Amino acid sequence: MSKEQALLFELGAPGRRGYSLPQLDLPEKPVDELLPEEMQRKTGLDLPEVSEGELVRHYTALSTRNHGVDSGFYPLGSCTMKYNPKINEETARLPGFAFLHPCQPVESVQGALELLHRAELYLNEVTGMERTTFQPAAGAHGELTGMMLIRAYHRSRNDERKIVLAPDSSHGTNPASAAMTGYEIKEIPSDKRGLVDLGALRETLNEDVAALMLTNPNTLGLFEEDILEIAAAVHDVGGLLYYDGANLNAIMGHARPGDMGFDVVHLNLHKTFSTPHGGGGPGSGPVGVKEHLAPFLPLPLVERGEKGFYWKDDLPLSIGRVQGFYGNFGVVVKAYTYLVMMGAAGLRRAAADAVLNANYLAQRLKKSYALPYDRLCKHEFVISARKQKKKGVSAADIAKALLDYGFHPPTVYFPLIVEEALMVEPTETESKETLDRFAGALEEIARLAEEEPERVTAAPHTTPVGRLDEVGAARNPRVCFEGDE
Amino acid sequence: MSGGRHYLPLTGAERREMLAAIGVDSAGQLFDELPPAIRLQEGLELPPPLSEMEALAHLGELAAKNRHLREYPSYLGAGVYDHFIPSVVAHITGRSEFYTAYTPYQAEISQGVLQSIFEYQTMICRLTGMEAANASLYDGATALAEAAVAACGVTRRRRVLVSRAVNPYYRRVLQSYMEARDFAVEEVPLVEGKTDYTKLEAMCDQNTAALLLQQPNFFGLLEEMNGPAERVHRHGALLVLSADPISLALCRAPAEYGSDIVTGEGQVLGNPPSFGGPLLGFFAARKKLLRRIPGRIAGETKDSEGRRGFVLTLQTREQHIRRERAASNICSNQALNALAAAVYLAALGPAGLREAAGHCLQKAAYTREKITALQGFEQAFAGPHFKEFAVKLPGSAKDLNRYLLEHKIIGGFDLEPHYPELGPAMLFCVTETKTKAQLDDLAGVLEGWS
Amino acid sequence: MKWEIRKGLKYTKTHEWADFADDLVTVGITDYAQDMLKDVVYVELPEVGREARVGESLVVLESVKAVSDLYAPVDGAVSAVNEALLDQPELLNEDPYGTWVVKIKVKAGGAAPDLLEEGDYAALVKEEADQ
Ligand SMILES: Cc1ncc(COP(=O)(O)O)c(C=O)c1O
Repeated sequence: MSKEQALLFELGAPGRRGYSLPQLDLPEKPVDELLPEEMQRKTGLDLPEVSEGELVRHYTALSTRNHGVDSGFYPLGSCTMKYNPKINEETARLPGFAFLHPCQPVESVQGALELLHRAELYLNEVTGMERTTFQPAAGAHGELTGMMLIRAYHRSRNDERKIVLAPDSSHGTNPASAAMTGYEIKEIPSDKRGLVDLGALRETLNEDVAALMLTNPNTLGLFEEDILEIAAAVHDVGGLLYYDGANLNAIMGHARPGDMGFDVVHLNLHKTFSTPHGGGGPGSGPVGVKEHLAPFLPLPLVERGEKGFYWKDDLPLSIGRVQGFYGNFGVVVKAYTYLVMMGAAGLRRAAADAVLNANYLAQRLKKSYALPYDRLCKHEFVISARKQKKKGVSAADIAKALLDYGFHPPTVYFPLIVEEALMVEPTETESKETLDRFAGALEEIARLAEEEPERVTAAPHTTPVGRLDEVGAARNPRVCFEGDE
Repeated sequence: MSGGRHYLPLTGAERREMLAAIGVDSAGQLFDELPPAIRLQEGLELPPPLSEMEALAHLGELAAKNRHLREYPSYLGAGVYDHFIPSVVAHITGRSEFYTAYTPYQAEISQGVLQSIFEYQTMICRLTGMEAANASLYDGATALAEAAVAACGVTRRRRVLVSRAVNPYYRRVLQSYMEARDFAVEEVPLVEGKTDYTKLEAMCDQNTAALLLQQPNFFGLLEEMNGPAERVHRHGALLVLSADPISLALCRAPAEYGSDIVTGEGQVLGNPPSFGGPLLGFFAARKKLLRRIPGRIAGETKDSEGRRGFVLTLQTREQHIRRERAASNICSNQALNALAAAVYLAALGPAGLREAAGHCLQKAAYTREKITALQGFEQAFAGPHFKEFAVKLPGSAKDLNRYLLEHKIIGGFDLEPHYPELGPAMLFCVTETKTKAQLDDLAGVLEGWS
Repeated sequence: MKWEIRKGLKYTKTHEWADFADDLVTVGITDYAQDMLKDVVYVELPEVGREARVGESLVVLESVKAVSDLYAPVDGAVSAVNEALLDQPELLNEDPYGTWVVKIKVKAGGAAPDLLEEGDYAALVKEEADQ
């Protein structure tokens, strides 16, 4: 049985240290002279006191209690957990990028501005958009920015609109982002195909609708094939079309949101463009727009002038800033590295392989699990554990059982319209052997669910900790270590 | 030939076998449901792919066009800072079990990230004196804006006050977030570079959700903190702070003067400036505000065998459950930057953080004296400073920065566009990374400017 | 049926029970509701004195992965809240009919409440559970 890993606060000893600083090389003044006594800290500063070696061992131990893409298969639907190329880490750490201050004179950061400029051009080409800002720090932040742009656009035309539409299969960030910009959200039902119900959409549309937020392929992994009709219907009432780019990996190089009629898109560089998820971030959520929305983009934009690149910040209609500086530049460096290495054909191939892997797995798994929407999928698909549920085995149980096979489970219980949902996104960077082993594991779990369900519901058995008490954690929240009681 | 072949394991034979298993003839057919009008016939127009060697060279060339802070000493602060980063930080954040993982939704195989977040939250609580902290937000600016939104939610009011001594970029972000909801922002004017609290009497009332202050403020000045909490609490408003975490080693903990929410920029804790991102927004609050905190929170619990473990907790606040009623739309955090911050804080420990903060204090004071002794350079504001200070200049800051760059120095932040009332003025930042020789050199070069 | 439906109470379509005594009505959630919600971890109670109309959300109930509302079954003003739930939200799971959440003083001349008798409520639960 594995042991608990001590907290940093339980390690070390008073007086131990993990750093060295140079001697102060100038005449030292009494602190009281620089910082009046009443402004000085009275509370103790109870930080860990450990040597550098202890610190490294602690985090090395923690790292062994964690699963990343480098540890094994990570088919977490909607998150595009593809392999993170190592060169990206190296380029982002070049001192000429990592050690730049955002307020340096432009003549000292021409390389960085050039990179942003090129990255923008390439992404404009991939999405079919006119301009792209890198300021949003993640996808959700891009959605918020996009909604701000949409609001500013309508307002500039003296056209106050109150409603934003999103399908019932939409990601939680969509309604949350629309709400943060003061919009009322209306859900559009999905039809039997798992696609936007065009009739219901038409019935809901009116001149109060500011925008429709759409993920395409949608969160079931299905391409919204009526997209041109949808776009026309939304535009007919003066609404705009927002593209949640979380699933762009399925279609890059094959189709572009700009050509489908979308007015605003966000991308998740940490999904489609191979930058690591970092244990939850940092990501990057660039937002691309068509020409009619460009005047509202956040400040500043990179422009190319006669004397080189510069920041343009005289945009009178701009929504302002959404992040302190220019977004997660370090992440953009990684995505740019990926873009220049993949090229057009590489991106297209990657999307095709992602789709191939997903369809291959879906067709195999539908023999042991329900596949509610059995049609050509794109980069991901959703199976349901409803058959297994009858034996008392839930999607969560299946997820936990997969842990014992060394796999990260799929996304569970999303999208909300599929009961006992397991959403599988293999990505293009996985080999056929991995897919086969994963399918084998899921098939075995399905068999166990049939024959010995209690073995599935008791999983996992081989992880550093067993199932954790989430109810207890929420009833009695302990979010900060207070010492032993 | 297509690029990135070494990231794509499927072989031609495997592709054919898999297509056959699905029952389609070609990869093209996998996209057959796309309307023909939008299917790309030609490839995208992107430059031809580069090999790894070529890509490294290309990125190296772009990087070489920049003058970075390891080459030229820099006196820029204004929200992003050049502090020393021990080697151990990058070593640990470079472990791919951490950096290639996603949000720790599957707690059993994510204890590494979860425990590291819990430890980070604890350190943020201990620095600020608050009782609860989240797993981080995008940056200091959005953290302050989210705090303002949270304050409006808690108090059910629609107006916040923000000091003009709060970072102008932060105020711009705040403005965007508040305007989006039709919430109002009013700026509290300054007197001698500090927030003019006498104006609060008239500005703060039953409709005010919060007062937002920065400590040390944008000019590096320490605000007097004995008064504001009492003044705003009297009207049921919250005191929200944006604080420099390194300063907290020496300066009063925000809990000591009645802060309700403490946010700030955690980049200073072990993260490189990275041209302004990724940064690290920290967010801490009193326990009674726990359920109003935006974003992820790790919590301690037990597993089925009674062993201590960690989970993401209080998730009902978040968008994946509450959707349009969520506390925020945020769906990620700056986990890797938070990890760097925790490693940094643990490496330095209480003594190291105090020492680093002390060096900032001493070196900034030394530089301030040297610069303001020069003909034409005038201290803008009196009073205790931490690591930044404003100086009125005999000529424009833009010209001065150009001149400094010629002398291989990256000068300070141009204050005039944001505070025109100061005239030509520059905000200098001096951290522990500077040597006396560099500081003397700066003063010498400034002296030669005319 | 798996879920208890207690005699002598009135029910709403949103799974509250209501116990009337003169102009005071005591409100809680049904056995079916607590089972759907699973372990309740937090209850956000209204202030005493708060006025509400029929169907307005009065209380927010949270489990680990879900949030649901308790809606006012009548027009009226909150006259008491069960503060024991702040520390012991689990009472709602353990004894849903023995655990009241709010008491409401019914407003004279308010909107006519749309309440179900026990049998009709049982039919509703059966229908929902079969879906
Ligand atoms: C469909 C969809 N939209 C939006 C988001 C939000 O993106 P981010 O996590 O980068 O904020 C996600 C992330 O999981 C997603 O899957």
